[in-house]
Amino acid sequence: MNVHEYQGKEILRKYGVATPRGVACFSVDEAVEAANQLGGNVWVVKAQIHAGGRGKGGGVKVATDIDQVREYADAILGMTLVTHQTGPEGKLVKRLYIEEGADIKEELYVGMVVDRVTQKVVLMASSEGGMEIEEVAKNSPEKIHKVTIDPVNGLLDQDAREVAAKIGVPEVGLDQAVSFLQGLYKAFWDTDCSLAEINPLIVTGDDQVLALDAKLNFDSNALYRHPEITEYRDLDEEDPAEIEASEWGLSYISLDGNIGCLVNGAGLAMATMDIIKLYGGEPANFLDVGGGAETEQVAEAFKIMLDNPRVEGILVNIFGGIMRCDVIAEGLVAAAKEVNLTVPLVVRLEGTNVKKGREILANSGIDLVTAGSMADAAEKIVAATKDTQKA
Amino acid sequence: MSILINKDSRVITQGITGNTGTFHTTQCLDYAFGNECFVAGVTPGKAGQSVEGVPVFNTVAEAKGETGANVSVIYVPPKFAAAAIDEAVDAELDVVICITEGIPVRDMVQTRDRMRKMNSKTVLIGPNCPGVITPDEIKIGIMPGYIHKKGPIGVISRSGTLTYEVVHQLTVLGLGQSTCVGIGGDPVNGTKHLDVMRWFNDDPETEAVIMCGEIGGSDEEECAAWVKDNMTKPVAAFIAGVTAPPGKRMGHAGAIISGGTGSAQAKIEALEDAGVHVTRNPSEMGSTMKEALA
Repeated sequence: MNVHEYQGKEILRKYGVATPRGVACFSVDEAVEAANQLGGNVWVVKAQIHAGGRGKGGGVKVATDIDQVREYADAILGMTLVTHQTGPEGKLVKRLYIEEGADIKEELYVGMVVDRVTQKVVLMASSEGGMEIEEVAKNSPEKIHKVTIDPVNGLLDQDAREVAAKIGVPEVGLDQAVSFLQGLYKAFWDTDCSLAEINPLIVTGDDQVLALDAKLNFDSNALYRHPEITEYRDLDEEDPAEIEASEWGLSYISLDGNIGCLVNGAGLAMATMDIIKLYGGEPANFLDVGGGAETEQVAEAFKIMLDNPRVEGILVNIFGGIMRCDVIAEGLVAAAKEVNLTVPLVVRLEGTNVKKGREILANSGIDLVTAGSMADAAEKIVAATKDTQKA
Repeated sequence: MSILINKDSRVITQGITGNTGTFHTTQCLDYAFGNECFVAGVTPGKAGQSVEGVPVFNTVAEAKGETGANVSVIYVPPKFAAAAIDEAVDAELDVVICITEGIPVRDMVQTRDRMRKMNSKTVLIGPNCPGVITPDEIKIGIMPGYIHKKGPIGVISRSGTLTYEVVHQLTVLGLGQSTCVGIGGDPVNGTKHLDVMRWFNDDPETEAVIMCGEIGGSDEEECAAWVKDNMTKPVAAFIAGVTAPPGKRMGHAGAIISGGTGSAQAKIEALEDAGVHVTRNPSEMGSTMKEALA
């Protein structure tokens, strides 16, 4: 689960991580009031969406008087912000964050992730703030410093100090940087983060480090122990189809193609997308119905796919293991009848009781094409959707 | 021979009294030597009960003490699953297979750290995996037993139904399996492709190996590097997720392309560079193995 920058900073402040002061706003008037309340003579008006690259897209502006705050807030709120992470359709800005201006001497980078190789949390730090860490890793990997953190001992003083010095925190600021990094780690660990990124981490004129931006992602499997973080979830930032799917225990991801696919199991679902592409089609989604593939779920999965106007055909690929193919076939038929399918449907069933399953499909009276292998299925659905396009 | 488990394994089901534990234990009892192999169940507070004739104990240590079990399989809900692994590790079982999906990553970081610090000899398979099967001997997990056939091919996979798909293709072509190992789809797990590849290389009954990988992490690349220098048997592979967009988690918690690493393309290239027969067509996994053997 993702949260907004201002929410991430709220969490980080609880752990003693230094950030500029700021106020989240939902209207232009609130933004002006926030600026007045913060005082000073420089404010930053920041769009709050779940995507990076907001500055380049015009979603972050520095104001030097209250009129400018009003002007920028008015411009940004309600704009469709397009960044390299939003896709070409962009994201509608519904929230702002008004922050006091910071005195920036240097821009650095610090991030934390769970490293799959060491199976521990790894702190990554770099002197190249404001740039994407992937770019730095590609072009100047020597500028990235890593610390692997022992889960029992946590981030040690000496490790934090050493890495802070390496990325250019001045001597006088090191003590504060150590407590910053340790606070960040504690926040990461305690709240079950899967990613924490401070980019940029700035060094101020008086040599203090400050989190100018904050990106936190959380392990969705651990949210049950963090109700306070679950409350930060902003459904406006998520794909409505993905939300609906998750309510039915379906794992669904929208893609750009025209062939919907419904599969049991994540690996097989990816392989099904791949084979559609291999045979010249484009998958419209990833959809894993799980091991069971029960009627209600399948019906819901059909509805979600059919709600996508791009979908011109559906491929069902189910490997019936413990769940028998005849049971799955009955479920498919019931679901297909319930939703009144309007696009070509190709069904490939394999596994336990497959013969009986295929008979049920053949005798169902539903207009569908059965397929033997995955390749056969992919070929048939690609052909069927090409016919639709011609007609 | 085979790897990890055979008909002489003695198995404890942790979480045997739950619906999932009971259902799958029943299925496993019915497969080959299952009746002899599945000797105990564990559910805290339910000692003295029995499930399908399998006695239930309060702890893994008790179950091991009473039955001489050396393997466990875990169906405990995600909140308690890491603790269940810890308990099995403390009881010094040889192999622990964790089926449970949805365990918080932090719990697994702690569990794996604990195992390393105590120099545990226990092999952990999973979590979030279908289990392990040695055809015609023993099935431990949730895979459909009948699609398997005894033979010389070792199977390694991160996924459930995709494993069934590859096994089915192999069986149809007459290529039986020595052991099939589902290592699971989580980012922090016990056993990786590389570990299983090594065991298969050392197993005299395994003549060739097929591995199914997927996007996310770099386990397949590390395995490829090892294969290049060490593997003495033919290897075939399929990597799922060529069409998966970056930054999106494709079902499995571990299946995500992040920070420019973990793409299917990078894995395919590493495997091809290691001399592995890679197919891009998931319908041709079995036939690719067959060609690799020719």
